[in-house]
Amino acid sequence: MKTKEAIYTYCLRIADSNLILGQRLAEWCSRGPILEEDLAMTNISLDLFGQAETLYEYAASIKGNNATADSLAFLRVEREYCNRLIVEQPNGDFAFTMVRELLFSSFQKNLYEALYKSNDEMFKGFAGKAVKEAKYHLRHSSEWVIRLGQGTEESHRRTQWAIDELWRYTADMFEMNEVDEELISMGIAPDLKEIQKLWIKSVMSVTAEAGLTIPETPHVIKGGNDGIHTEHLGHILCELQYLQRAHPGASW
Amino acid sequence: MVNTEPLSEYKIMELLAQIPDPDIPVVSIVELGIVRDVQVDDASKVTVTITPTYSGCPAMSVFKEDIRETLLKNGAKEVDIKISFTPAWTTDWLSESTRYKMRKHGIAPPETNSSDPVALFSSGKQKIKCPHCSKTDTNLTSQFGSTPCKAIWFCNSCNQPFEYFKCY
Repeated sequence: MKTKEAIYTYCLRIADSNLILGQRLAEWCSRGPILEEDLAMTNISLDLFGQAETLYEYAASIKGNNATADSLAFLRVEREYCNRLIVEQPNGDFAFTMVRELLFSSFQKNLYEALYKSNDEMFKGFAGKAVKEAKYHLRHSSEWVIRLGQGTEESHRRTQWAIDELWRYTADMFEMNEVDEELISMGIAPDLKEIQKLWIKSVMSVTAEAGLTIPETPHVIKGGNDGIHTEHLGHILCELQYLQRAHPGASW
Repeated sequence: MVNTEPLSEYKIMELLAQIPDPDIPVVSIVELGIVRDVQVDDASKVTVTITPTYSGCPAMSVFKEDIRETLLKNGAKEVDIKISFTPAWTTDWLSESTRYKMRKHGIAPPETNSSDPVALFSSGKQKIKCPHCSKTDTNLTSQFGSTPCKAIWFCNSCNQPFEYFKCY
């Protein structure tokens, strides 16, 4: 596999994950449990969209053929999306959303820290900025998971349930294929097995303080890298892409 | 008025220093630190390099339009705006006078250096000085505020909410 092609796919993996999670979090707009959290989730969403745009633009510049950030976001079908499966899972209740945030933002934080050492200047520049945002998101979700875990019996039960439900999608975040092999050999992207070790440490420091337990889950669901998604992605894309599909090229 | 004087890099910086941040109008885009480089050639083609504050900050598109409009109005024949990611923007670039202006405007400026491990997370033990009464009996209300760059705090001394420009 050529390096450029691998960089293109790597950009899509990160950008797709951010776009889909941003879309999910935006669903909370006007439905947050309190005004501050409504603002928080849409602010995080905005950061994620911004990060996605940067990498879609980079991917489009590699692809050529008049590709743009918008064409990549709005005109690819479900099987062409290579986001991590965890981000497409429905919001559930507030505890569920915060647990998903914790699991994913701690992955992002560790990934971006590694990409900041990349031999690719664009990845390095992107990660230097994005890591600050990921850290802020991680702090926000960590505080909530601790608060909910230590809170009432009901909040603890719901938070534990969210961890039990979401855990099966976590292995998918660290799946690697020939794209990773190529980029690891060029010093462009990190070995995700190393990221996984850092990730589990940061997640467990939060769950331990929250009094929550990590489930033993033999059942694992993977497929993000290959575009094999859970049933939810198609529904998100229907809403996300509707305008460009119905009115091609519409802009404002 | 037709400006016949050729544009110098110095003059361009002076012009850019008059463009306000759309969200914090007392601070210019130069003071904010987003203008990283300015170049002008003999044909008055200007290249401005800027760096984004937050990845998704909506003000970025306003910055670009304002820069283009201001320079074209003042003698530039063509304006090219480049985006640079390295070095990443940081609030460490805000000068003392910029911080003073923010405080006057009711926004508490960042209090620590961005390399400080607790910089981003002013929650916990760190207390932010109220821009209204300068007391430090304050509490974090919300980590997120009206723009990506600000958090919301509350002052227990003067009973006023205020915005804190996050250390980033």
